Amino acid sequence: MKILLVDDSRTMRNIQKKSLETLGTVEFAEAGDGVEALTVIAGGAPFDLMLVDWNMPNMNGLSLVTKVREKDKTTPIIMVTTEAEKQRVIDAIKAGVNNYVIKPFTPPQLIEKVNATLAKSKAAVAVAA
Amino acid sequence: MTQSATVTAAKPAPVLDPKLIVPFVQSVRNVFQTMVNLETTVERPHVKCDPCPSYDVSGIIGFHGDVVGNVVISFQMSAATKLVAAFAGMELEPGTADFTDAVGELANMIAGGAKKHLGNAASITVPSVIIGKGHQIARLSDVPCLVIPCTTAAGDFAVEINVKKLNGSK
Repeated sequence: MKILLVDDSRTMRNIQKKSLETLGTVEFAEAGDGVEALTVIAGGAPFDLMLVDWNMPNMNGLSLVTKVREKDKTTPIIMVTTEAEKQRVIDAIKAGVNNYVIKPFTPPQLIEKVNATLAKSKAAVAVAA
Repeated sequence: MTQSATVTAAKPAPVLDPKLIVPFVQSVRNVFQTMVNLETTVERPHVKCDPCPSYDVSGIIGFHGDVVGNVVISFQMSAATKLVAAFAGMELEPGTADFTDAVGELANMIAGGAKKHLGNAASITVPSVIIGKGHQIARLSDVPCLVIPCTTAAGDFAVEINVKKLNGSK
């Protein structure tokens, strides 16, 4: 499984990696902002999942998700952010986010959201096939 | 001949906005309980005018939109070192990029957690971190700086809130 972690905090990306390593064999790619993430996405094979922070320099997570969804409607994206207001969650879902994790989180909380998102994504693919 | 006297009106004492205290106290407790499994004891909040933060390590988050100003999470160096190690899962040397990154992310989560209670259209900046004795923080001059002293088993820190809601915001 390939997961792209997009967060301007390296500490937060490391915490996410440690949490998600329990899922099995996972190959991680990382980006520190939206611009860097678009470069990573353009440069390789598609990801199975993206975790995206909201507040980042250069290009924030909401703009990144909007850009990604212009070309890719299927890769599951989870917003992982401190932005907890209802309107922000609605904006993120409208932009194309599949799930939402509010910081701070525990590893089990993150894994639960990731598993739920991946299961829903697989079910959607099966229905489409 | 009449004498004139100049009377200078006494500057009103800064007023504490109690509505600011609870969101930050809840957020601080939530962040440290969730991320580093530490209980936080909160002391009595007070107002300060000194531009120097309480301690030597400052994680700073700016507010804009409905709420403007900044919030500083000011750590004792020893507390920052221990809290950052617990948060990152490894010892980090003070002053390194990883250390400042971790301090900034803690500040981000504390301010972000409180923000949802302050205004629907409030936004926060990415964090800045300053380390060093005697550094100063530029603050809004027309609102007081509210200090919430906090204690954990790892040491002390303070949440220093210098924000105001703009007219018309709820």
